[in-house]
Amino acid sequence: MPEAVAAELATRADDHLVQLLTPSGELVADQDFHYSGSEQELVDDLRTMLLTRAIDIEATALQRKGELGLWVQSLGQEAAQVGSARAFGRHDLIVPSYRELGVYLALGLDPLEFLGTFRGTAMVDWPTGPANLHLPSFVIGTQTLHAVGMAMALQRDGRVGNPEPADNGAVVVYFGDGATSQGDVNEAFVFAAAAQAPVVFFCQNNQWAISEPTTVQTPIPLYRRAAGFGFPGVRVDGNDVLAVRAVTEWALARARSGAGPVLIEAFTYRIGAHTTSDDPTKYRDAAEVDEWKAKDPIDRLRTYLLARGLIDDAWLDGVAAEASIAAERLRTGCVQLVEPDLADSFDLVYTDTPEHLQRQRQEFQAYEASFEVNA
Amino acid sequence: MSTLTMAKALNAGLRRALAGDPKVLLAGEDIGRLGGVFRITEGLQAEFGPTRVVDTPLAEAGIVGTAVGMALRGYKPVVEIQFDGFVYPAFDQIVSQVSRLHFRSHGRLSVPMVVRIPYGGGIGAIEHHSESPEAYFAHTPGLKVVTCANPSDAYWMIQQAIADPDPVIFFEPKRRYHDKGEVDLDASAAPDSLYQARIARHGTDATLLTYGPMVRTCLDAAAAAEAEGRSLEVIDLRSLSPIDDATVFASVRRTGRAVVVHEAVRTLGMGAELAARIQAECFYELQAPVLRVTGYDLPYPPSRTEHSYLPDLDRVLDAVDQSLAH
Repeated sequence: MPEAVAAELATRADDHLVQLLTPSGELVADQDFHYSGSEQELVDDLRTMLLTRAIDIEATALQRKGELGLWVQSLGQEAAQVGSARAFGRHDLIVPSYRELGVYLALGLDPLEFLGTFRGTAMVDWPTGPANLHLPSFVIGTQTLHAVGMAMALQRDGRVGNPEPADNGAVVVYFGDGATSQGDVNEAFVFAAAAQAPVVFFCQNNQWAISEPTTVQTPIPLYRRAAGFGFPGVRVDGNDVLAVRAVTEWALARARSGAGPVLIEAFTYRIGAHTTSDDPTKYRDAAEVDEWKAKDPIDRLRTYLLARGLIDDAWLDGVAAEASIAAERLRTGCVQLVEPDLADSFDLVYTDTPEHLQRQRQEFQAYEASFEVNA
Repeated sequence: MSTLTMAKALNAGLRRALAGDPKVLLAGEDIGRLGGVFRITEGLQAEFGPTRVVDTPLAEAGIVGTAVGMALRGYKPVVEIQFDGFVYPAFDQIVSQVSRLHFRSHGRLSVPMVVRIPYGGGIGAIEHHSESPEAYFAHTPGLKVVTCANPSDAYWMIQQAIADPDPVIFFEPKRRYHDKGEVDLDASAAPDSLYQARIARHGTDATLLTYGPMVRTCLDAAAAAEAEGRSLEVIDLRSLSPIDDATVFASVRRTGRAVVVHEAVRTLGMGAELAARIQAECFYELQAPVLRVTGYDLPYPPSRTEHSYLPDLDRVLDAVDQSLAH
């Protein structure tokens, strides 16, 4: 999409939301953004979103049963995650926060690979699959700076602005509305703008940072902040998988071409809690939740695809069966995750283990062994 | 052999690292055309260009955090924090991110970066420009923490820190930037491992354990003590994490007495760690308790009083007297 769009975006009304599929499941046109994918891809997107929700619900249940120490729900944010993941190119790098289950599933990753983090069998479970996926971050917003550094590395590697678009790459970094208050995120905006780094800041504004509404973070729409840093910001309906994909594709293509960063504010809603430790009934109204449930990202896509005859009840039954198999696999796989041995940790602190850590490992192992002898 | 100041030796070491590896890059505030506020990077941007020697926005977390991203993509960033007291805005990035990525990624990632920090007092500076924050970083697993005390070490240690696959916090004693010393600029490799302590002076009556800016103070004290018939050994730790225990213990076993000297505040500092290690390992060889000569447990004071705050030759010799009196 031409640079003129970036200029035009700055003149939009504050409440302008890029939308291509309404909550009632009807296609609408946006003056700048158009859906570029096929209908079959939309069918695949619905399947991924349904699986994301099923696994999310199952993982929440596993936490309630005491099998997980914590779970971070994605409920309601499936379109923002799956739609943005659809836009990734071959050389793009993906930097998640901790709430990107839909992104992982869109990338074809096994959800069991991420469970150890929450069960406590791993520091950060990190998939062995794609080399372009960075490990998730738990300190809010720190990863945005890493993403900008990676984008600066892409510039130095000659991966930006090549005449052949397929040769180019960019970085997508995920964070939430609360993170926009962090110094690191603001510094990331400064560094990205100054370097014209190929990075797409993908903010999932789910309206709540634990118990704090977005109004505690900002008196203006978040996407507007980008203008102050010197790059375009776009607010997209985060519950509309078509619009999210269109906007992310535009932002990534722009970044890869060398035109610099973009801030996308995916305007969505956290139907569930912040994490399983949170109790949202203490701070928000049921009416608000109900209002957003009516904008559910899965319902609207399902309604559209059913109306178009692209899916039918048999297809939906098939995906439901697939989802219950995936949930069962999560249940059985979760309890079979291998408990690590602390002895292995001593060799993970440095690339070469210093003597004092070697001695501490021996001390630990000798202590452990003393119990085995006495047993 | 060439005679250079520590500042010029660091400059030469950085130049050699930049020339030797195209993945090495420098980043920081004012390090380009100005050459840094202490001129450590002088001339390097002109020689290697603005993408190898990068003037950054004025934001410490940003400098360190973006360096993490570049390190993860195969670059070897060497970032400059302008002054010791300015590192705290980047503290989270250093202790929660830089130090832990190798561990968090189960050994699959490493962050081969260096954070250079001019540190310590004695230059008459204003607030936040004279601090010794080394213990914060030495307390964090995953970081290596080193400090040089003479031009030759400065030249070699900075190159070794850059070559290290782990993150290294590199403290430069700013009051010693203009001290001169011999440097073999053309040698093919460093004389010592980066993590090995150095016996800066041999002696038999007591061991002074020190590092960075206090090495010269301790050497001066040892020279003065010799005039009074006392033989002091001076160990320059060089590496604060990991600590070269073997060199420390061997020296203390020989002399039976240890005095730790550093500028940083006393409580929970390097002196506390060294005293604990020595008493656990050398208890039966010790003739006296391990003593500490340090900064007081105060915020670094106004510079007109720093001569009273900083350990000097007399305070060191006084502690030696106390040790020998046992």
